[in-house]
Amino acid sequence: MDIKFSNRGSTLIAMFTGELDHHFAEYARNKIERELMKATTRNVVFDLTGLNFMDSSGIGVIVGRYAKIMKLGGRSVIICSNQKIYRLLEISGILKLMPVFENLDSALQALLSA
Amino acid sequence: MQPINEMKLEFVSKSSNEAFARVVAAAFASQLDPTIEELADVKTAVSEAVTNAIIHGYENRYGIIKMVCRQFEKSVEIEISDEGKGIENIEEAMQPLYTSKPDMERSGMGFTVMQSFMDKIQVRSKPGEGTTVTLYKEFNSLDGLQ
Ligand SMILES: Nc1ncnc2c1ncn2[C@@H]1O[C@H](COP(=O)(O)OP(=O)(O)OP(=O)(O)O)[C@@H](O)[C@H]1O
Ligand SMILES: [Mg+2]
Repeated sequence: MDIKFSNRGSTLIAMFTGELDHHFAEYARNKIERELMKATTRNVVFDLTGLNFMDSSGIGVIVGRYAKIMKLGGRSVIICSNQKIYRLLEISGILKLMPVFENLDSALQALLSA
Repeated sequence: MQPINEMKLEFVSKSSNEAFARVVAAAFASQLDPTIEELADVKTAVSEAVTNAIIHGYENRYGIIKMVCRQFEKSVEIEISDEGKGIENIEEAMQPLYTSKPDMERSGMGFTVMQSFMDKIQVRSKPGEGTTVTLYKEFNSLDGLQ
């Protein structure tokens, strides 16, 4: 599991790769938290395209960061094209909190237009 | 019903064994030739049960987790057990969103995920003695084969 970061203005894009489970949850949490500390970050895109596995531990990581981003006045969105992971997002109720897009363009578009 | 094949595995409650356990369970189940989607369901459910044994059963301390996998003609049964803390109220524990560790960023969705990715799950537990979760899945993709 790893996360690569890039920035588009005040939006942080967190690109996940590999398998996000309990074993990697703390690593992922710490890595994102470090980026959130940077004053330039406002909105966050959780790009799950490169993940080939995720379970409820990953939900915990995303929802935990979502709460923090909200508090700081930002918004978060998810990119997900994997059907299994999408179903997990659905079951967990996360879709009620954050919108999901198929690619980066539509995710950024949504953040810009709202 | 008699299983046509069976395997048992014991491992220490380390989080790196979560991936190990789900890969082993999927590899064993794959002998039945299910679809990739069906195998992914098995992997996710096993990961949830093993993670629960580590975080809740043994509360991140040392313990042994047992996994027994049985194959039937077109289904699998996977039993994951710990000798940890146990569950006081199984019905409450299985409710969506119920978690005893909200402070640890648990969402309380593990059992719900197991239930929706598998056909049936059974939980047996005794406080102070441990927990056994049994996961069942039929591989419907095998219907009409042979
Ligand atoms: N093996 C176990 N031993 C002891 N208690 C357990 C065990 N498995 C589950 N539980 C109890 O059942 C509750 C619900 O489990 P579930 O997997 O649904 O949610 P969670 O683990 O708390 O959160 P999530 O799985 O979403 O990260 C747990 O919070 C815990 O109290
Ligand atoms: Mg759980």
